[in-house]
This record gives sequence, structure tokens and C-alpha cells, in this order.
Amino acid sequence: MAGKPKLHYSNGRGKMESIRWLLATAGVEFEEQFIEKKEDLEKLRNDGYLLFQQVPMVEIDGMKMVQTRAIGSYIAAKYNLYGKDLKERAWIDMYVEGTTDLMGMIMYLPFQPADTKEKNLALIIERATTRYFPVYEKALKDHGQDYLVGNKLSWADIHLLEAILMAEECKPDILSAFPLLQAFKGRTSNIPTIKKFLQPGSQRKPPTDEKTVAMVKKIY
Amino acid sequence: MSGKPRLTYLNGRGRMESIRWLLAAAGVEFEEIFLETKEQYEKIIKDGSLMFQQVPLVEIDGMKMVQTRAILSYIAGKYNLYGKDLKERALIDMYVEGIIDLMQMILMFPFSPPEAKEKNLDSIKERATNRYFPVFEKVLKQHGQDFLVGNKFSWADVQLIEAILAVEEKVPAVLSGFPQLQVFKIRMSNMPTIKKFLQPGSPRKPPPDEHYVETVLKIFRK
Repeated sequence: MAGKPKLHYSNGRGKMESIRWLLATAGVEFEEQFIEKKEDLEKLRNDGYLLFQQVPMVEIDGMKMVQTRAIGSYIAAKYNLYGKDLKERAWIDMYVEGTTDLMGMIMYLPFQPADTKEKNLALIIERATTRYFPVYEKALKDHGQDYLVGNKLSWADIHLLEAILMAEECKPDILSAFPLLQAFKGRTSNIPTIKKFLQPGSQRKPPTDEKTVAMVKKIY
Repeated sequence: MSGKPRLTYLNGRGRMESIRWLLAAAGVEFEEIFLETKEQYEKIIKDGSLMFQQVPLVEIDGMKMVQTRAILSYIAGKYNLYGKDLKERALIDMYVEGIIDLMQMILMFPFSPPEAKEKNLDSIKERATNRYFPVFEKVLKQHGQDFLVGNKFSWADVQLIEAILAVEEKVPAVLSGFPQLQVFKIRMSNMPTIKKFLQPGSPRKPPPDEHYVETVLKIFRK
């Protein structure tokens, strides 16, 4: 038994990517078992490994954890990335739910019918620049600190950086009206564990391409 | 200022109902503001009350909380309905997330087009019967305790009783293959705070009807 967390998912970002980010930032090494075909998923199901027959599934501390938010919350709390008290956790949760909504839109984009892509991309950019990024820009402006909550790195910051980079993949200058987020991006990207994760050869997965879409559709 | 949490939402279940259940189960009295017009909604957006321009909104302990899960987690944590340690919390979170996925199907059901309704109802029945309820039946059978996690009443139990009753409204015999859940349902329904919430005159909202659907579309559709 390795003792390292073991991630079960397809070889792509999807719902597992936020968990990879969180573990990597916390400096936790992890293993990955990739689901490549439907039979792999069926085996996990038949072995009784998946509480609700779904992945992501993370084997950690003797548990077979499922449900992205549950997994994220557990890791955040275990590695002190969840604030110092209930109120800080509330703020972190609110911020993370917002970036989850935004990244959810981006995640599904490659799976939308081709004729809706342009409209959906425009909606993502609109939401990012008018609903989500202004909130985080203001939060940083209001307290003038480096991190979103409690003057300390938390899950909210990691999730925000992930969302920023994903949004930039949609529109490279998407942060043009958000100077504090630009500074935040620069700063947070240089945190040693994050810097390492952003380098080639890490377990970070590339943007979802057509090949991944085809594979995912076949599995699920 | 009363000190009671204040809920802002439509006068209907939607995403706020789970929050009403949890507060009620915890014995916490709360106030409600009901959105009835688009103008009312636009006003609270303009006031800056809604972090992401969305409801539910719960004003509690000096915070204007949004995002259903964040609100529920806070309430569960505050009122000791979140287990005794990180691992119990992990179990509660997993169970709750599964139930929320099932509840999401019920939430969206009134908004599906008429021709899709039968198929969607079948999906709800299938998922409840084959994916979700078996998990909780097994959990209760395996430990033989009254509550899902840690032999103590938690958010997971509240979420499950809410889901059971919601599915039963659509599929009356859904618990026929689940004897543990039948007993669980009775037990939970008889807990004093929940019993009170299930009585007429409580803040519990009725199942969504056409008027509710119209109001949602009127207020939120661009």
C-alpha cells in the first residue's frame, strides 16, 4: 500500500482537474489510474468501488471518496487550505462555488454541438467578465491582501487561479480589465508547488481536445 | 434587527427548500422575503446583495451568504449537524452530494417540456431506485444505527428525509424495496423539529405548480 492518494478518472481534466490542483498545491504526491474504455468503468462499478457508480473517485486515508465537492472539501481541510474557522470556510465555500460554476461552463464547452459553440463561448466570456471576475477583483481590492480569505492561501485561491487560466484559454486577454487578478495570477503561479504543477511533465492535464471528447463519450 | 436568519427566494421550493429543511431541523426560526417580480430581483442585484447575482440568499451572522452548498455547509457546521471529525464530515458530504444530484432531477422536472416529462419521471424513479436509495438502505443495514453517520443526527439525515418525501410525491411506492428507509422515514418524521416542519403552517413549501414555474420564468428569464 503506497499511502499516496489514488485518483480514478479518464485521462483528461474534467471534474478531476480541480482535485489534482488541490493535491499538487498542498505538495501531496498522488497516483492516477486512468479509465480508458467503458470496461474499465464497469469494472470499478462491479467491484463496488463507486458509491454512486460515478467518478471522480479518490482513494485516500482508507476511504474511497466520490463526489468532487466532498473530495475537495476533505483535502482542503486536511491540508489547512480551508480557513481558520466556520466563517472563513463559508467565504471559501462561496468563492469556490462561484469558480466551480464558471469552470463548469468551460468544461462542457467541447461537448456542446458545434453550432452552439460560438454562443456558449460568448456566454462564458460574458459571465467571467461581468459576474465572476469582478467579485474576486473586488475582494482583493477591499482587503488589499495577497489571498482571498484570511490573509492565507486557501482552496479559494487555488480554484481561482485554475479558473483564470482556463478562462484565458478561451480568451487570452480576458483579465485585461482586472489588474488585481493579473497580479494575483502572477503571484500565485509562483508559489513553489503551483509553479511545479504548471511546468511540463506535471500531472496537470491539457485542455480538452476532440480526441478526449470522443474518448469520454465512449466511456460514459 | 431580529438576529434570525433571513431567506430571500421565490415563494416555492427550488434551491432554497433544503436550506429551510436544515434550519427547521436544527430548530432555528427564520424569516423569509419572497421575490415576486423581476423588478424586486433586479433591485437586490443593484443593491449589491447577491455575490454572483443569484439567489438563494441567506443573511446570517452578519454575512450575506449565497450558493446553496456554502449556505448548507455553514448551517450544518454551526448547529453541529456535520459529524465529529473530518472523516465523518467526508461521509456526510458524500451522502449529501449524491442526494443533491437526485434532488436536482426533481428540481428541474417542472421545467422540462411536456413531451420529455414522462421520460424524466422514469429517470427519477430509476435513479432513486437503482443508484441512490440502495446506498442508504445498505448504510443503515450495515451499522444498524438510527442515523446515517456517527450514530448521531446530521445534515445527511435531513437531506435524505427531504429527498425521500420529494421522490414519493412523484413515485408513491418508491420505498417498497427499502425496508430500512421506510423505518428511517418514520423515525425522522417523528423527530420533534422535523415533525413540526411537516405540519401545515410551517415554512415548508408545497410542490411546484404551474404558477411557480411561471414566476420563475418571469423573474429569471432574460
